[in-house]
Amino acid sequence: MIARAAATLASVVAVLAVAACGPAIYETPIETPIKPKLDTSPFQRVLVVGFVAGGSEDVDANLETVRLLRSQLRTKSSLRVIEADPVSLLDAAPAQARAQAAAAGKPAVTLDPAALPKQIRDEKDIEAYDYLFTSPDYWKQLGEEFQGPLIVTGTVLFTPYARTGFVQRENESVDAYGRRSVEPTKTYMERKGYILRPKFVFIDGRTGAVMHSEIFREEVLYNPNQETPALSSYFELMDRLIPGFLGTLSSQKIRGMRVLLR
Amino acid sequence: MRKILSSAVLALAISATLGAAGNPRSDAKAQVKFGIDLAQKGLWRDALFFWEKAVEIDPTYAAAFNNLAVAYEHEGLFEKARKAYDTALALAPKNESIRQNYEFFKEINDRASRRNPR
Repeated sequence: MIARAAATLASVVAVLAVAACGPAIYETPIETPIKPKLDTSPFQRVLVVGFVAGGSEDVDANLETVRLLRSQLRTKSSLRVIEADPVSLLDAAPAQARAQAAAAGKPAVTLDPAALPKQIRDEKDIEAYDYLFTSPDYWKQLGEEFQGPLIVTGTVLFTPYARTGFVQRENESVDAYGRRSVEPTKTYMERKGYILRPKFVFIDGRTGAVMHSEIFREEVLYNPNQETPALSSYFELMDRLIPGFLGTLSSQKIRGMRVLLR
Repeated sequence: MRKILSSAVLALAISATLGAAGNPRSDAKAQVKFGIDLAQKGLWRDALFFWEKAVEIDPTYAAAFNNLAVAYEHEGLFEKARKAYDTALALAPKNESIRQNYEFFKEINDRASRRNPR
């Protein structure tokens, strides 16, 4: 009798112990909201004006960037996208330089329209046009035409690029017994690709003042046997940096896993 | 004899329950467990309430601070999340789960606070 009662007691204690323990770790998915970098609440509309573009002649980086950003903003932001012909800032730049020099009272060497590079090949060439964004009168005037929207502009440099070096590849082999094995081998080769370096400038269309600007840089390299059109590479690289661009204007959610503990 | 043993089992169960009610860690554990159930149903704000209560009851309970940090992350309250993770790690520096959560959090926090110069 005593033994039976003791066994009952032991089992009750065991049940209580199991109930008390249970799993101590719970893997749980979470979504972390990230606030936009820019307060866009004063604006209802956004105007992607155009970009100073240079580098590869195979892609019209101004036109493609305007199209892509507008389409992304249409679907992924609460701002209404203004449909207007993209402005060629390269054409507008000399007149703007003259206006700025006149406003300064004397012809400034850095704003000499003749000194602006006709063809943009590298970062130094494109940086010569940076003065365009520090000219509030120009942007304010443009903003007034569209009732003071948020203006998105900047520079886009899309350049061909090649690099020589060791590339790791996996070589598959089959031995005498038919067993397959994969071995990493290093090969010295020249690979070609592109670098995309956009600078996005956000301007308050009501005042013409720069609110925020951000530079991104992405690159891609392909093996010599790969024939990749320049436009495909452009979109591949833009795909990588679009979340960063959108994160400036609208909140994003990042999915992840966390461990909850007991 | 049977009667005596039955009374002993009953007494044990009652004392366990009473002990749990009087022990801050047991009270906090109950809050934490309830919070986990809610979080797993997607009710993060309610879970947050219970985990805040848990750390109030037992400020030495690392798991509660960890869960609280995760809930703050979920609500986008990064500064509060960082403080809660710091406390959790100070209480349990060798806990790998807390450390791993903190590493993921830091990555997102850096991304959120990153600003390129004009």
